[in-house]
Amino acid sequence: MLTIASLKKGQRAIIKEFSVDVVPLKLLEMGCLPGNEVHLVQTAPFQDPLYLNINGSHLAIRRETASKIEIELI
Amino acid sequence: MAKQINVALIGNPNTGKTSVFNRLTGLNQKVGNYPGITVEKKQGIYKYGRGRKVHILDLPGTYSLNASSVDENVVIELLLNKNDKDFPDVAVVVADVENLKRNLLLFTQIKDLGIPTILAINMADRMKRKAITLDVQLLEEKLKTKIALISSRKNEGFDNLKDLIENYATLSTKPSLNASRIAPEYFDRLRKAFPQQDLYKLWLVITQDVNFGKLDRQEFKGIASFKTESVSNLKRLQQKETVARYQFINETLKETLHIDVENAKDLRSRLDRVLTHKIWGYVIFFGILLLIFQAIFDWSSYPMDFIDTTFASLSEWTKTTLPPGDFTDLIAEGIIPGLGGIVIFIPQIAFLFLFISILEETGYMSRVVFLMDRIMRRFGLSGKSVVPLVAGTACAIPAIMATRNIENWKERLITILVTPFTTCSARLPVYLIIIALVIPDDRVLGIFSLQGLTLMFMYLLGFGAAIFSAYILDKVLKIRSRSFFVVEMPNYKIPLPKNVLITVVEKTKAFVLGAGKIILAISIILWVLASYGPGSFNDAESIVRQQFASENLNEEEIAMHVDSYKLENSYIGKIGHAIEPAVRPLGYDWKIGIAIVSSFAAREVFVGTLATIYSVGSEEEETIKNRMAAEVNPVLGTPLFNFASGVSLLLFYAFAMQCMSTLAIVKRETNSWKWPMWQLVVMSAIAYVVALAAFQFLK
Ligand SMILES: Nc1nc2c(ncn2[C@@H]2O[C@H](COP(=O)(O)OP(=O)(O)O)[C@@H](O)[C@H]2O)c(=O)[nH]1
Ligand SMILES: [Mg+2]
Repeated sequence: MLTIASLKKGQRAIIKEFSVDVVPLKLLEMGCLPGNEVHLVQTAPFQDPLYLNINGSHLAIRRETASKIEIELI
Repeated sequence: MAKQINVALIGNPNTGKTSVFNRLTGLNQKVGNYPGITVEKKQGIYKYGRGRKVHILDLPGTYSLNASSVDENVVIELLLNKNDKDFPDVAVVVADVENLKRNLLLFTQIKDLGIPTILAINMADRMKRKAITLDVQLLEEKLKTKIALISSRKNEGFDNLKDLIENYATLSTKPSLNASRIAPEYFDRLRKAFPQQDLYKLWLVITQDVNFGKLDRQEFKGIASFKTESVSNLKRLQQKETVARYQFINETLKETLHIDVENAKDLRSRLDRVLTHKIWGYVIFFGILLLIFQAIFDWSSYPMDFIDTTFASLSEWTKTTLPPGDFTDLIAEGIIPGLGGIVIFIPQIAFLFLFISILEETGYMSRVVFLMDRIMRRFGLSGKSVVPLVAGTACAIPAIMATRNIENWKERLITILVTPFTTCSARLPVYLIIIALVIPDDRVLGIFSLQGLTLMFMYLLGFGAAIFSAYILDKVLKIRSRSFFVVEMPNYKIPLPKNVLITVVEKTKAFVLGAGKIILAISIILWVLASYGPGSFNDAESIVRQQFASENLNEEEIAMHVDSYKLENSYIGKIGHAIEPAVRPLGYDWKIGIAIVSSFAAREVFVGTLATIYSVGSEEEETIKNRMAAEVNPVLGTPLFNFASGVSLLLFYAFAMQCMSTLAIVKRETNSWKWPMWQLVVMSAIAYVVALAAFQFLK
């Protein structure tokens, strides 16, 4: 399964539909919505947390959360 | 007289709410706490027209009305409670023109509550550089609101904003979109069951349980039946709602907002490449920490020395000017040094908050969280805890105040509780004299001084104790807090000097008024205990003269012996004697007991107290050291300060909560006596046990 956690620096992807049971609502509210484009800006050591740009929203999330959000590369 | 207008400033974090607030109110503001919780409450006032007032509340930043922290909950509790005295006549939603899409989510939610709402689009000064154009009129129409395009940095657009606030009664209270269409059947049922209530408000009350808060549901009897929906169903509805709102916002902005994407490659990505880099990011952060450390450790020492000598001479002057007596003593020896003990902290607090507010303002602090999260979260701490922990090495007071910037209450509380373990500068004089006394002046491998290594070990021990107890507390403390982590990485900005200045003034004021009272009270109590005593205390002079009659001492020497006699027979001396049985197993005598009790005023007082007890007139380290070396343990007959008791004393000072000012500031920051008392008891117990074990093992 391809998720945000497997994204490499410079790659672009589209977020697929996900269920709120695994992804917190807050993330949605901060702009991480299905259909939005995401790319990886930077990772901290040990690839955690991840610094993302999602349609212009700049967010840092932990690897654990990122691995629950499926994507499709473009 | 017209009634005052209540305004609430609401918005996402980093949209410039506080900057707008500062522009509107100037220094005419008051910072307090919401009752029962530790969220900061900022309110201020400005006047318009003929003496009419506008009352402004700067609410905590929130991304939506679905709270996931205590901070965010404050916003909802206020907006759902019409009887709250701060309930807004008009809400001003502050948005950042560069993040309009996300900022509007909250705006549409507030509109749904039927509160008159103004949209203040801030940072207008950035539009030109970013090639952003906005059709304000069309946007007003689509959102059914009035818009003020403002710039806090340039101080533009505020007249318009004030006009809109004044005329809030003419604002539309209709929602921007119909969010209930996501589940028409469900919301119809809800509407029929509560025809009097605002639909969105009902929806919030139903879903808050799923999220965070507890709302007073007196007025919503029977609403429980609407929770028959499963939690995951409700969550799904919330997701649908959010998507629907974003759809509306996207459509609206498509027609009204235009951003030239060519300008996207900007300062931000270039700075981030360095500042969040796996190596350079840490090197730079370490450099910044070093600079902060330098400021509070070194630069502060100049104003602190000045404050010290000023209060000393003020005290001297009072004593010579006022007629001698108890009252003069109280002022000169109790109150003035007590005040000095408060003022002395101001330089460190000011410096630390100068740096912290610049780091916050520039947007760099979020990068710190990003860099440090992985390391700190293992110990239940936030990435932001690094700054307080490092600052604690200078002084725990400003360090604990600096934890305000940690949003998560559990992480913040843990940071507050463990910071006093770090080796503050007041421990240094105690460590130095004891190390010089009991650690041999040898070298290890011919290079490293053993005494120096011991001192380094003490620093590492303090830091280790802090980290270790954080780890334990993280497991032990049962506090509900947000379990997942998401941090916004804001744009880099040049700090607004006004914001920085207000932060520094505000923090200093908070310390002086909040913790200062307690510090003054305790220092006066300690002074009284040390300056008065029962029975023979009052005949000290004649008793001492008699005792030393044969020794032919000069007046100065007599006076020193009188002081020593007085201290021994004062109330504090009695306490020292009383606790002797308790401290003897640690290798101490009653004199050290007295010094420990009185060093509660500040750890470094330990050395001065011993000097007085041993009747050595000067605080010269060599003299005191020689005198201490000559002391004999009354039970064992060995030198009192030997390796075993010295190590025991070092360890005691490493762990004990020996600082009333720290207790006072913890009381202020946690808004209760529970945590400082907890700290006092637990830290003292640890100190006692460790010191006891060390002495019994080494003796
Ligand atoms: N360029 C620009 N920066 C601003 C403006 N208003 C605020 N800022 C900056 O935006 C950042 C966040 O501001 P602050 O008032 O702390 O936001 P809050 O988190 O909403 O209270 C700070 O660095 C401010 O200096 C503005 O009008 N223009
Ligand atoms: Mg603010």
